[in-house]
Amino acid sequence: MAINAPTNRLWWKEPIHSIELGWIIIAFLWGLFMFFFMIAWHFIGDQNLSTETYRITTDQFQEKVEAFADEYAVKDANGEAVEINGTPLVAPPVGGDVYILGRLWEWWPAIELKKGQSYRFHISSVDWQHGFSLQPVNINLSVHPGLEHVLTLTPTKAGEYGIVCNEFCGIGHHTMSGVIRVVE
Amino acid sequence: MTAIEIGHIGTSGAQYQYRTCKFTGRRVERSAELLIRANAVAAVVFLAVGGLFGLLVALTRWPAVQLLPADWFYLVLTGHGANVLLFWIIFFEIALLYFASAVILGSRIATPKFAWLGFLLMIVGAVMANYAVLKGDSTVMFTSYPPMLAEHWFYLSLILFAVGALIGVIVFFATLVVAKAENTYNGSVPLVTFGAITAAIIAVFTLASGAIILVPTWLWSLGLISGIDTLMYKIVWWGMGHSSQQINVAAHISIWYAIAAMTVGAKPLSEKVSRFAFLMYILFLQLASAHHLLAEPGLSSAWKIVNTSYMMYLAVMASMIHGLTVPGAVEAAQRRNGYTRGWFEWLTKAPWGNPAFSGMFMSLVMFGFIGGITGVILGTEQLNVLMHNTIYVPGHFHGTVVAGTTLAFMAMTYIVVPLIFQRDIILPGLAKWQPYIFGLGAGGISLFMMGAGTLGVPRRHWDIAMTDAANAYEFSPAAYLMMGLNGISAIFAATGGLLFVLLIVGSVLFGRRLDVPGAKLNFPLHDDSKVVSQYGSEATFKLPGTVTLVTIFFLTFILYYFVNWKYLSEIWQFN
Repeated sequence: MAINAPTNRLWWKEPIHSIELGWIIIAFLWGLFMFFFMIAWHFIGDQNLSTETYRITTDQFQEKVEAFADEYAVKDANGEAVEINGTPLVAPPVGGDVYILGRLWEWWPAIELKKGQSYRFHISSVDWQHGFSLQPVNINLSVHPGLEHVLTLTPTKAGEYGIVCNEFCGIGHHTMSGVIRVVE
Repeated sequence: MTAIEIGHIGTSGAQYQYRTCKFTGRRVERSAELLIRANAVAAVVFLAVGGLFGLLVALTRWPAVQLLPADWFYLVLTGHGANVLLFWIIFFEIALLYFASAVILGSRIATPKFAWLGFLLMIVGAVMANYAVLKGDSTVMFTSYPPMLAEHWFYLSLILFAVGALIGVIVFFATLVVAKAENTYNGSVPLVTFGAITAAIIAVFTLASGAIILVPTWLWSLGLISGIDTLMYKIVWWGMGHSSQQINVAAHISIWYAIAAMTVGAKPLSEKVSRFAFLMYILFLQLASAHHLLAEPGLSSAWKIVNTSYMMYLAVMASMIHGLTVPGAVEAAQRRNGYTRGWFEWLTKAPWGNPAFSGMFMSLVMFGFIGGITGVILGTEQLNVLMHNTIYVPGHFHGTVVAGTTLAFMAMTYIVVPLIFQRDIILPGLAKWQPYIFGLGAGGISLFMMGAGTLGVPRRHWDIAMTDAANAYEFSPAAYLMMGLNGISAIFAATGGLLFVLLIVGSVLFGRRLDVPGAKLNFPLHDDSKVVSQYGSEATFKLPGTVTLVTIFFLTFILYYFVNWKYLSEIWQFN
């Protein structure tokens, strides 16, 4: 029994039964497959998380985001900046850089993208850690203050998308939100 | 005293008080027994507190109920994590380590005073942590990621608790030395003790990682250090946070083997294979904290892929091996007991009315199907991005730590109370149902949280309606349904948990005394004299039932794995 010493003192010399051996081989091969499939997806898949990251101070990042928001702010017919519920809407050029910052408690600014086009997203936080959770796409990233994470995103469908925060960031965590609008 | 005892190693002397257990024939030493009792009682107390917090969390996350206000929700959630994931589990594990060394090996416990010091430190740490959390300025969640800062008492309490636990682990190792020196057993240590040794070795690594990260964080909270690097913190913290779950796995798998042995007379199919699988946990699981870091910036893909899998998911392989050998040992034993008809008579005629057995078997099945498979999905570099920090993650680890570890520990308690407290389980008719009620709830919360996570619901979030948000995202009605079902499941789990606490406390206080002549157990242990047939041998057994079960498991695993890749391939492209 498992609570007694092995009955055979030389237990390590007992043969392994075929059922156990077969299962060990299956588990081993499956593990090996799962390891190589992660590598393979970098070649055959279109969803691989970039790890391009730069150290940056929170002030520097905030300046970059504000400059970006000024430059590409969407204006209405009267030349007034368009806002979505108080958040300025910014439409970066196709293939261009997009800056989004997380802070207590919003994702800023709101972004307008074109379907099927690629953009270089720069994401960071200016205070605590946040969780960039793009919904309903369900892309979820960790966001650190002081680390500028750069990745290329290509929206495949038009519509209104939400950004939720899924890293606890204090008492207003559940109000932290953002918007990405994808147009045809 | 301590020094004198060390000086007397090898003279199994009269100064130690032993009794012989009338149900198992084992020698039980008095100090070991008292230490196991104290740690087990503390464990159950913190389970009660943490479980209550858990119910409050689930009822708050049920959108139609939303019981607590936001500040209390985040506070209680922090307390829930600390009480159940640390205090309940580690107190129980210390009791288990003493059981697996002193009781199973028939030895005295080494340095009991030192062990009591460890226990005291753990109590002080656990109470201080609850004080710090309930005071309200340490609402930083279990992970306490910087630069969010808790009060310094919070970090200090965890450090004290960890030091106390480390002392318990050292006493365990010392007891092994004593048992060996005093020749209390022959040959190799039993498999259960071997499993406990792996758990203890992983615990040393875990507590060291905890010290490396919590001590500087504590100094930072005192203003002695200017800052903590957020990414470095996560890497080292998960060296503790994940490895501590490996202690749990090694511990609850040891319990599976122990309960299978004590309730149906199971012996390992092959000592070599089962021990090798435990050994792989030490070699390959404790460092695999990388799967918590797959959605982080600043770590290369190569680093993530290698460290999340060690080239071939060897630790997953170890769990898959136990997933075969534990039910396999049960099947072989039941066939020896005479249940040989068909593929599954061994299972249908198993002692399902014994809460130790039913809890163990449900723990085995749910840990594999719910906790295990989803853990591998989360530990896959690209797939992780689909559910990182969604409520899928708590869904997964409630499958491992609640449906797996906690249920196994509860099952073991039904054996520990009669054998170590020498009191019988009260209300056996009710006790029989407890594992099913708790298991149903635990399985439900795991599955429904994962369902909600697949729909994007974030973890640690007070209000998915985002009522006060500027740009509220509207979650689908299915997400609300899932969170409601999660709340209902939590009520089941809490009912089962409350029942457990009442039954155990009631048994310890009012259970029929078993230290009198002729006493019998309400839930009898396996009687080895009842073995009717010599079923096979290590070389010839046949296990059609177990082979069927693992085949179903493996097909489920493959199917679920590729379903997630299909889902991933359809979302926005990113690289």
